Amino acid sequence: MILFKHELRQGRNTLLIWSGVIAFMLGICIFIYPEMKDQMGDISGVFADMGGFSAAFGMDQLNFGEFIGFFGVECGNVLGLGGAFFAALLGISALAKEEKEQTAEFLLTHPVTRENVVLHKLCAVLAQIAILNLLAICITAVSILMIKESPEAKTLAWLFLAYFILQIETASICFGMSAFISQGGLGIGLGMAALFYFLNIIANLTEQAEFLKYITPFGYTEGADIIAKGSIDVKYLSVGLVLTAVGIAAAFYWYCRKDIV
Amino acid sequence: MHAIKTVSLTKYYGQSRGIIDLNLSVDEGDFFGFIGPNGAGKSTTIRTLMGLIAPSSGTAEIFGLDIVKQKQEILPSIGYMPSEASFYRNMRAGEIIRLSASLRHKNCRREAKRLCRRLALDTEKKIGELSLGNRKKVSIVCALQHKPALCVLDEPTSGLDPLIQREFYAILEERNAEGTTIFLSSHVLSEIERYCRHAAVIRQGKLLISDSLENLGHTGTKKVTIRGVDAPPALEHMKDIRKNGDAISFLYNGTPDILLKALAYLPLTDVDISEPDLEEVFMHYYSEEGKNFT
Repeated sequence: MILFKHELRQGRNTLLIWSGVIAFMLGICIFIYPEMKDQMGDISGVFADMGGFSAAFGMDQLNFGEFIGFFGVECGNVLGLGGAFFAALLGISALAKEEKEQTAEFLLTHPVTRENVVLHKLCAVLAQIAILNLLAICITAVSILMIKESPEAKTLAWLFLAYFILQIETASICFGMSAFISQGGLGIGLGMAALFYFLNIIANLTEQAEFLKYITPFGYTEGADIIAKGSIDVKYLSVGLVLTAVGIAAAFYWYCRKDIV
Repeated sequence: MHAIKTVSLTKYYGQSRGIIDLNLSVDEGDFFGFIGPNGAGKSTTIRTLMGLIAPSSGTAEIFGLDIVKQKQEILPSIGYMPSEASFYRNMRAGEIIRLSASLRHKNCRREAKRLCRRLALDTEKKIGELSLGNRKKVSIVCALQHKPALCVLDEPTSGLDPLIQREFYAILEERNAEGTTIFLSSHVLSEIERYCRHAAVIRQGKLLISDSLENLGHTGTKKVTIRGVDAPPALEHMKDIRKNGDAISFLYNGTPDILLKALAYLPLTDVDISEPDLEEVFMHYYSEEGKNFT
């Protein structure tokens, strides 16, 4: 518990900044919706007719004239990508920062097992992701009420759940990598998040690359699919859960054996 | 019982050497100095003992407990001071000290306060604002506040001003008198000479010698200083010949008989034959020819 609290304290400013920015962006996106709807009427036709470009962002299947369709794309970009960057940042630095800042020597020579250190750090990462998402949900709910839209709550819940799992998967994969590096690795983390995002875009563009959806967590967070099906695609999700487990297991396995030099 | 005992302790980092076949024992209650040049393996030994790195082969025990298998039982009774005094930069010194105590599930407030006062440490300052010397003080408090049975100190005095150094050693001596085993590595040979009862010298990953300071000083080697001649006599077993003004000095570890006979034929104005001081002995262990010194 001491370690968990310590971790949250250490990450407090980062969490405040990221959740503030993401919540603010989400709010802004929701507030511009009524104006967009009024000005452009049924704009989904325009967006849907941009061929490959529309497909890349899943806009060919979404109706921008409806709030949920608009939200699926906007939310996908703000909470999906923003959240993935934040999760990657948390995950990649969780273990590695102790060696980078040379505090590992201080921490690990106290009577705490390495397993405990990994466990508490993992819990802290998950808690921080949960806090960011809770704030995003609150801001979204308030904003929707203020613009007097009434989208289906179940669909919204699925979307948020998908982004939450996406962030946990990204964080867990980066957490696993974090055990193997002893420098910051910020570039690796942010690169991973960006890579996942672009893999999904490529998968959307061509059918030959559709298998990429199994690799990237953005495969199961596609707003268009979730809104159309009313649930998350289990075949992509299950691969994601396996990768999450592999990341966490790798972190435990390696960090408990590694030399701290 | 030994406070520390290593048997053939070896550590390789991939291909590169850390320590080789190290057999070191430190008695309970000892004040033990661990010396050697940079890269000799001092920190590798200490980090292995602290469980930060895993030995490649060999074993080590602290208070009879295996450092790998029983690490969690050992750690509560050790106070460790790393050579780098690095802490979480955004935390205050006092918060670090409290964090350290709470990670040990101990209330060390009184002792911490006492140590901070003696070392003149401002606990309100953030780590990022502290100089190396002040961070070292934080490190000292963290290593001592829980009154451990064994203190492992890796170059503890670097960065401390002379007054604080003296206070630090006074604290260590008090603790030692109460039964605490002190194991410290240092570059400052005069410190070792002044405070330690036993010392070990490590070079290129191997333990060269481990003995009491008294025995380390009595190596059979004599320091000879002569005046009145331009060159020293040509003798075997001579080392470290130096000219200092009109004086010539050298170290000699052959038989005294041959030395005296050789000196007898020289037009000397002055002669002095004495035990070399400990620093000179250590310097020889540091240097390449140290192996054959005794």
